[in-house]
Amino acid sequence: MNHTLPAKPLWHKIRPWCWVIFLVVVYIWAFNGLKFEGIQSTAKSVSLSILDGFMHPDWSFVYDPAGEDLLRGLLDTLVISILGTFISAFLCIPFAFWAATNMSRRRPVSGTGKFSLSVIRVFPEMIVAILFIKAVGPGSFAGVLALGIHSIGMLAKLFSETIESIETGPSEALTAAGATRLQILWFAVLPQVIPQFLSYSLYRFEINIRSATTLGLVGAGGIGTPLIFALNMRNWNRVGVILLGIIVLVILTDLISGWIRKRIV
Amino acid sequence: MNMMIEAPAAPKKYKKILTWLFFIVVLVLCSIQTEVTPYQLIRGLPQMGILLSEMFPPDWSYLPTIWKPMVETVQIALVGTMLGGLLAIPVSLLCAYNIVQSRLVSLPVRLILNLVRTIPDLLFAAIFVAIFGIGPFAGMLAILFFSFGLIAKLTFEAIEAIDPGPMEAMTAVGANKIQLIVFGVIPQALPYYMSYLLYAFEINVRAASVLGLVGAGGIGLLLDRSLGLFRYDRAAMIILLTLVIVLVIDYGSTVLRRKLL
Repeated sequence: MNHTLPAKPLWHKIRPWCWVIFLVVVYIWAFNGLKFEGIQSTAKSVSLSILDGFMHPDWSFVYDPAGEDLLRGLLDTLVISILGTFISAFLCIPFAFWAATNMSRRRPVSGTGKFSLSVIRVFPEMIVAILFIKAVGPGSFAGVLALGIHSIGMLAKLFSETIESIETGPSEALTAAGATRLQILWFAVLPQVIPQFLSYSLYRFEINIRSATTLGLVGAGGIGTPLIFALNMRNWNRVGVILLGIIVLVILTDLISGWIRKRIV
Repeated sequence: MNMMIEAPAAPKKYKKILTWLFFIVVLVLCSIQTEVTPYQLIRGLPQMGILLSEMFPPDWSYLPTIWKPMVETVQIALVGTMLGGLLAIPVSLLCAYNIVQSRLVSLPVRLILNLVRTIPDLLFAAIFVAIFGIGPFAGMLAILFFSFGLIAKLTFEAIEAIDPGPMEAMTAVGANKIQLIVFGVIPQALPYYMSYLLYAFEINVRAASVLGLVGAGGIGLLLDRSLGLFRYDRAAMIILLTLVIVLVIDYGSTVLRRKLL
């Protein structure tokens, strides 16, 4: 009864340890590289005043008939993300068909489509936003364009995956009956993909709301603009009320769009 | 016969038109609110063309200057992701209904987690810059909290989906809570957790590259500066380097994640 397990190859024994050593080295390098000496000595008192500001939000900022207030800022944010999502939902349709493998006969066509989509995706939207601010000036318009262009990357990828997963039956039937390519697209492909398209657009809308709240930090409109002013002026009561407004807006839009998405699909 | 087939279709068409009308009204209202018009777009297009032409060719001699801040960006993402991931472990265990039976504990923790997740990363960065001053520490903290929310959410969902068999067997032989977690939960949830950690790292490298715009360290500070000085060729170089680094990290992380799961 001398059962022993077959000895593991040496490589299998040491491989986890190699990973651990590699990670430890990476983290020692990372911690050493970061210089944390610039920490303000006032950090504690500032944190306390921030907490105090969050406890006593500046309610007078919620509605101010004269000018910039919280509700208008939040409305701007909402509108920016609605318009941005609309633009990208339309712009990404040709990209989606370009990148879908079953929509073109030659492989390189969809390959280049997929590649250009991943290039769009790696651009952080803040960078897109500052480029548009330089081009069209600061304001909501730059924010709308930034969201509209940046969202194409993700939306078109999801759309093209939807197109790839459709049933071939209807389009084959239409081909057999002598339909043109456009007719096949209109009567066989689109009816199958539209519910999923709408659902993905709503999902992207939820993400865009979050981005739109910060676009203003670089000057692209929305609630971020009064927020960065309040932060720079150390007006913590106002920062507190804006933060509260952002949380409420994000949670509300998540709930509503989640409810609609459940009904669509 | 034809009448009978077509009759029920009529209200559907009516509804369709109404939906489209609603869409268009919302769109028009939105463009009035933000003063966004196609005319503005057409007017802005030549300016965009000028901007792009000024960006090329990128200023290659700027590469040695931006290499160090770029490395710092990756370091911020590395440290922030790890610390956020460590913080996420106990919280995700507390959130999971199959580990902590008492709703009194898990519901408040979930609520806090959801609140943390609604705050965008740049907002965290702006607040931490105000507290701790300009520098990578504020950026690291922002990444920490952001990835904590993301990893904790994904991990607790993975923990709730694990196979209850091993845990039941261990409860039957009298294991305590810690033994249960170490031998019953962690072996099953670990691959998912590692994969989420890598996924968060991918996102965080992107996030860290723009944190500098609000003063939280990394490459974004230089981007902001070169745009402010209208050195678009330098800005193009920074963007190009960021793209390359992000693509390399994305690729490596995707390969690793495929091996894990």
